[in-house]
Amino acid sequence: MAGLKLTNIAKSYGDVDVLKDINLEIDAGELIVFVGPSGCGKSTLLRMIAGLEKITAGELQIDGRVVNDVPPAQREIAMVFQSYALYPHMTVYDNMAFALKLAKMTKAEIDAAVMKASDILQLTPYLDRLPKALSGGQRQRVAIGRCIVRDPKVFLFDEPLSNLDAALRVATRLEIAQLKESMPDRTMIYVTHDQVEAMTLASRIVVLADKGISQVGSPLDLYERPQNEFVAQFIGSPAMNLFPGKIVGTGEQTTIELEGSHGTVVSAYPSQDGDMGAQVNIGIRPEDMQLSDDTSGFNGVVNVQENLGEVTLLFFTPDTKEAEPVIAKLPGIHRGLKGQTLHMTAEPQKVHVFMNGKSLLYR
Amino acid sequence: MHPALQGLVTIIIGVGGCVGYFVLSNYLLDRFLLPARAMTADETASRRRIGLIAFFAVPALLVAGLVVMYGDLLSAGGIFRLIVGALVILGLWRLTGFIFAEGPLTAGHNISHANMIRPWLFLFPAILALGLYLTYPVFETLRLSFTQRIPGGYEFVGTANYQQMMSEPKFWEAMRNNMMWLVIVPAMSTVMGLIVAQLTDRISWGNIAKMLIFMPMAISFVGASVIFKLIYDTRPIDQEQIGVLNAIYLSLGGSEPQQWLTLPIWNNFLLMVVLIWIQTGFAMVILSAALRGIPEETVEAAIVDGANPFQIFFKIKVPQIMPTIVVVWTTITLTVLKVFDIVFAMTNGQWGTQVLANYMYNKLFTANDWGVGSAAAMVIMILVSPILIWNVRNARKEMK
Ligand SMILES: Nc1ncnc2c1ncn2[C@@H]1O[C@H](COP(=O)(O)OP(=O)(O)OP(=O)(O)O)[C@@H](O)[C@H]1O
Ligand SMILES: [Mg+2]
Repeated sequence: MAGLKLTNIAKSYGDVDVLKDINLEIDAGELIVFVGPSGCGKSTLLRMIAGLEKITAGELQIDGRVVNDVPPAQREIAMVFQSYALYPHMTVYDNMAFALKLAKMTKAEIDAAVMKASDILQLTPYLDRLPKALSGGQRQRVAIGRCIVRDPKVFLFDEPLSNLDAALRVATRLEIAQLKESMPDRTMIYVTHDQVEAMTLASRIVVLADKGISQVGSPLDLYERPQNEFVAQFIGSPAMNLFPGKIVGTGEQTTIELEGSHGTVVSAYPSQDGDMGAQVNIGIRPEDMQLSDDTSGFNGVVNVQENLGEVTLLFFTPDTKEAEPVIAKLPGIHRGLKGQTLHMTAEPQKVHVFMNGKSLLYR
Repeated sequence: MHPALQGLVTIIIGVGGCVGYFVLSNYLLDRFLLPARAMTADETASRRRIGLIAFFAVPALLVAGLVVMYGDLLSAGGIFRLIVGALVILGLWRLTGFIFAEGPLTAGHNISHANMIRPWLFLFPAILALGLYLTYPVFETLRLSFTQRIPGGYEFVGTANYQQMMSEPKFWEAMRNNMMWLVIVPAMSTVMGLIVAQLTDRISWGNIAKMLIFMPMAISFVGASVIFKLIYDTRPIDQEQIGVLNAIYLSLGGSEPQQWLTLPIWNNFLLMVVLIWIQTGFAMVILSAALRGIPEETVEAAIVDGANPFQIFFKIKVPQIMPTIVVVWTTITLTVLKVFDIVFAMTNGQWGTQVLANYMYNKLFTANDWGVGSAAAMVIMILVSPILIWNVRNARKEMK
């Protein structure tokens, strides 16, 4: 039963600030996923929780105890490293038993713990092998096994699947999900680049950007109600389309006039009278764009068409050279749309409105 | 001519000769012997005729002539010469057949054959030089160790030289001392090198410390011996001591200055210190690189697993660089077995500090007893060989 509480955590290397004002509460038994662009400090945050990196400012509590100055071994955490970090000179058995031997457990206890873990991870046939005689997936499981035997309160994973090939990644992802299910009261923190991993594994996702937390929420929360443009574009693939526009109707629903040769769209997001005329960006996910005969909304010329079978991706010619192309993702097969001018709309609930980068929903 | 100029000319001739040899021999091979083009059967036949004369007949006649010219074909030496000559001629025959094949040839055939010869072109000078200066002396020394000089020549005396050597206490003293050197110097150098490498790894002035510790490597053994002779120097009690060791000894309450290099047993260790001082730098540099090569994540994993710094060092780091430690250890062992300069320059084997190499030198060049000197050389070689072989194997495994 171990929750974590991060209060105003900050990290800087010399005068370079990497993280600032991180506030986060993690309940016992959660599987939290940190995502964010490369270099945003995911690993740094994880390593601070592990105790491998000094916390510059703020307070870290694990299970109600302030652990800022507690050495890693006494934080009751275990960590899986990106490159597995197996001890190359030790057998699989010794790799898993190392921490237990250091903890001066008896031979019988160690044996029992290692056997149990290797059973769960199907590593029993390989116990006498050195890591170099294992496949990538097996090494990965040994790294996880090394954590399990210690029965820690918190598991930390730093991009554990990034060195595996695509098929193995899916299989191992499922294994990790099952592992979590078998240990419902253990907390896990998982760093990844991979959206699918984040969406499928997480009980809550923490999006890190710009030295801080951009949004925390369940996967669907982030998908349906992004707090800001960054999260909106980061979650989902292809990324959400953003259109500049101006509010022309306020109230329960907001009406926005799009820039360029487009018409208006209606969003279910409420706005205030004072918002009239404000410059905003509206966001519509590619999969929420619908074909329509109504010419009052978005109109564009199809520049590129990609047929994937189950879906068809349409890339519209951008209004200006610098702009990102607007993308629509239509279910099923559509033939011969290239070069045509199409009219697209979206349901008001699926139209996100961002003023100064922040969603109208959250102000 | 000024000696410096002479040196320069020698270098130019030497380097120029090497470059010239490699360029010319490869040019010859690719242009005339095995040109990279197809050849008709007629062409190969006429080439083969020329090749047989220039490559086989002429050199073979020369070799045969040389063998016969020396005469005395029925003695042991004569039969040996005959066998060598026959082998050379056979080799020439096979080589000619290899280069000047019969029938039409494709360009690919010529290129692949040229590429099979090319490594040997590069190896030939080295093989020749090593054979002449290393392999041949080994056999000659072996032969000499069974002979004895008599006025006007040699005579074969069987194992008498070895027996004489075995009965000399000085030889056994040298053996004992060599064994002490063998155990202590590699151990101390490697251990200290490892400790220094680890301690200097993370500190800001670590590189300066490393440089200072590495510096003795650049000093010759004799130079180092001179330095340490000054450290161990002794002056009569009423004079000021210039030897650091005596100065420290007296200031710590010693009653009178010691003649350090004449104190039995202890003087051996004082000599070893010189070599340890030199070799620690070597061990440190290699082991420091090896320590850097250890994946940082395995160390971090050990920290999370609860290992303290000592456990990380002994259970995670040292085992991972064990192959390198072995190579360093054996390399220093080889140096130790051959140690000569230090003993020669500091005590010349007196006061119980004799070692095998210095013993050999004394026999060979001071006593002019070539037989026993060669026997001592053979003993050194026999002691070195197993370690050398092991070392080469380890180094090869390391490289894979
Ligand atoms: N020792 C250091 N000194 C200075 N800056 C550092 C140091 N270590 C990391 N950083 C910086 O801290 C930032 C965060 O690094 P971190 O490794 O946490 O990124 P990340 O989010 O894990 O990225 P990735 O997804 O690529 O692994 C980076 O911008 C990096 O340049
Ligand atoms: Mg990272």
